[in-house]
Amino acid sequence: MIVEAATMLAVTADATSCSTESITAAELSPMHQRQRIVALLGAATVVLVVFELVRRRKLREEFSWVWIATAGVVSLLTLNQGLLLTITGWLGAASSASTLFFGAIIFLLALCIQFSIRLSRLTHRQRTLAQRMALLEEELTELRKKTPQKIPGAEVKKDEVA
Amino acid sequence: MRPTTVLVIPAFCESGRIGDVVRAVRQNDPTLDILVIDDGSTDGTAAEARDAGARVLRHPFNMGYGTALHSGYCAALRHGYQRVLQMDADGQHDPSMLSKLVDELDRGADIVLGSRYIGENAPRSSFARRAGTRLFSWITSQWIGKRITDPTSGFQGLSRRALESVANDGFPEDYPDADMIVQHHRSGLTVREVSVVMHERVGGRSMHRGARIAYYGYKMLLSLAMLPIRRPTPLRMADSVSRAS
Repeated sequence: MIVEAATMLAVTADATSCSTESITAAELSPMHQRQRIVALLGAATVVLVVFELVRRRKLREEFSWVWIATAGVVSLLTLNQGLLLTITGWLGAASSASTLFFGAIIFLLALCIQFSIRLSRLTHRQRTLAQRMALLEEELTELRKKTPQKIPGAEVKKDEVA
Repeated sequence: MRPTTVLVIPAFCESGRIGDVVRAVRQNDPTLDILVIDDGSTDGTAAEARDAGARVLRHPFNMGYGTALHSGYCAALRHGYQRVLQMDADGQHDPSMLSKLVDELDRGADIVLGSRYIGENAPRSSFARRAGTRLFSWITSQWIGKRITDPTSGFQGLSRRALESVANDGFPEDYPDADMIVQHHRSGLTVREVSVVMHERVGGRSMHRGARIAYYGYKMLLSLAMLPIRRPTPLRMADSVSRAS
């Protein structure tokens, strides 16, 4: 899908660079019926897959809404061709379908950045937890060496500490 | 009263070398506390260091040289040490040179770098390493207004003031070199270099090898460029590591 969208964007770029006049919504043709069906089917598939993943607890609710919202926007623009053509006119794209796919690419990029930020945060938290655990383990080991008879759990197996 | 000092040695898969390093340090100064940070080694590094007489702090998995150092700093703070010395676990750093770092700390320095490039005994190194060292040496020197010859040296001494700075700030997870020296300078800490002798690695693998050299250059340049505009503490959870509960 991304390759297809990129190809369409390249075509769009060529078309716009050749044209010196700005394109208005009235001059643009709406999406082909088959394109609309494909876009709606794609959005419906995303919604179904996301719901199923949430049901199976493989996807957290907090991440699901972004996908659902995107599928909703794609459906809205597919059904409301007037709005899609207006946006296409603003962007200067050659066809309304490429606007839709361009939006999808922007969404995917935004999602990647968001996940990179979350990954950085989680990595930092994981590092902090691991460091804290290592420090406490070392302190516990030292404490047990000093007063083994007074520390509860001092009889814990050696391999648990090592 | 002499300030309490701990020697931090970050180690990753240094079995066969770490024991000798710890024993050499103990032979040189039996009173020095030694803390080996085993950064998730899969060999007998921790046991070897412990058997040689060091205290060992073990990471559950490998987190990188910078994180290992940071854990050592945090442990030093939690145990109330007044200064930290640090050296590598691969036998490159000569324990007899530790006294030079201590002497310079006694003279009021906050950060003392052991430089292999001061004097006439500079070791031979690869072209990439030489070029990288010269570039970052030049950048660091320009930035802090003082000649720094060996910004990649892991042979260092830190005062209590420096310790508090590195343990509570966003310490880099990998390659804390030129960027940290500039950071120290910006924090108002005094950075000085002393001449030390370094040996060839006895074995193991260097952090600076293959494609990592290119990443090192990129990371260091980015980190240096970010210094003036970066928030001092990007993620505040680091504080919870250094503070004793």
